Amino acid sequence: MDKFINDLYQVFVYDNNYLYFVRGIRVTLLVTVLSLILGLVIGVVVAIIRASHDLQSPNHMNPVLGFFNIICKIYLTVIRGTPTMVQLLIMWFVVFASARSTDANLIRSAVLAFGINSGAYIAEIVRSGIMSIEKGQMEAGRSLGLTYVSTMKSVIIPQAFKNILPALGNEFITLLKETSIVTVIGLKDLTKGAMIIQGNTYQALVPFLAIALIYLALVMIIVKIMGVIERRLRVSDKQL
Amino acid sequence: MTNSYNDANVLIDVRDLKKQFGDHVVLNGINTQIRKGEVVVIIGPSGSGKSTFLRSLNLLEIPTSGEILFEGVNITDPNTDINVHRQKMGMVFQQFNLFPNMTVKKNITLAPVKLKKMTQDEADKRAMELLTRVGLPEKADAYPQMLSGGQKQRVAIARALAMGPDVMLFDEPTSALDPEMVGEVLTIMKELALSGMTMVVVTHEMGFAKEVGSRMIFIDEGVIMEENSPKEFFENPKNQRLKDFLSKVL
Repeated sequence: MDKFINDLYQVFVYDNNYLYFVRGIRVTLLVTVLSLILGLVIGVVVAIIRASHDLQSPNHMNPVLGFFNIICKIYLTVIRGTPTMVQLLIMWFVVFASARSTDANLIRSAVLAFGINSGAYIAEIVRSGIMSIEKGQMEAGRSLGLTYVSTMKSVIIPQAFKNILPALGNEFITLLKETSIVTVIGLKDLTKGAMIIQGNTYQALVPFLAIALIYLALVMIIVKIMGVIERRLRVSDKQL
Repeated sequence: MTNSYNDANVLIDVRDLKKQFGDHVVLNGINTQIRKGEVVVIIGPSGSGKSTFLRSLNLLEIPTSGEILFEGVNITDPNTDINVHRQKMGMVFQQFNLFPNMTVKKNITLAPVKLKKMTQDEADKRAMELLTRVGLPEKADAYPQMLSGGQKQRVAIARALAMGPDVMLFDEPTSALDPEMVGEVLTIMKELALSGMTMVVVTHEMGFAKEVGSRMIFIDEGVIMEENSPKEFFENPKNQRLKDFLSKVL
């Protein structure tokens, strides 16, 4: 028992080690949230291009849309076909090769790598959402004189978003956990913090158990938040 | 684009309209004119092309060839901004197509506000007037899910009217309704017709056609087989296919 208390002391209190966890949580959350935002922006744009292309009447294919659709398909294939860690390594050691090794630069490259990566997965989620909305909704919007883009924005996307919220929550959770691989480029996130403490104290059980619990708690918070948003969006489903 | 008919009363002028899906010819040269204040009722067997024809009028279906002039403008010209003209052509769908994530009032005000025809306040006021007209003012804050089919269709009519259209297109507006709800929708449509609205209606409601129709069109195999006043059309049909059709539905 004394040994365990001593271990706890060493891992958390000694040398202000707990700060590694605090700063780590901050970095992990920052990278996750910024990546998610970037991923959503990329995902929605790619999804609209892909879905608009697929929903065209076969007699009136728009060549410009066809071109962008091919670009999107290449993006999806490459990003989903290569490991996230490899993408991260390329982003930092190749694209950011001339950048100084500051925290800000490391975070920038991590956000770019994860944002571009999750954008590919989010794109397919959003596309499935758009395709699930009845074609009559677009027709109703267009028949009122709204443009294609305006109907997408005010009518289709809000409905699609409601349908795909559980899948987006899943992506959010995956992203949070996957950011732990930023350790390979030396960014001091939560996982890196635990590894540093391990190096300083020669202890593995307590620091790694601690970050496992922290990740778990963060995920539970995300689940809770997504649940609240889902319930809010469900007001229109009420029956008589 | 000049209008060779030079008839100021012509609202929609359809010239040799053709529509093909791949090898399948749906419309094979339709020629007709819709004049202001007319209630044109289109009937025909299923698969005859009547819905495709109606949906071509506001370019929800893009014709393969031919021209449609709306208020003198050739809307089939790719350089025409169809969105501007669609604002003047209200459409009511068989499946209502209300926006399920918006309240009834929001359904009605969305387009006028987005298209900067009205402020939100003006649109809200107009929405209440229209809801009163279709007998549903108390449903303003309800969501479509909470309404019956007949109520949904009445809201859909109000939504189309909110843009102040010059013509209303009805695509089998009562076909998806339970029988006891057909009447309430037809009543609204009759009132609309009596108010002088130009209407093009695809329907199987022969009673409605006889009562308020000013002209009947029978479409089969992608062409207009017969076109006449309701009285002549029903009492003295000339086309054999129309005779067969009427004998089945009347």
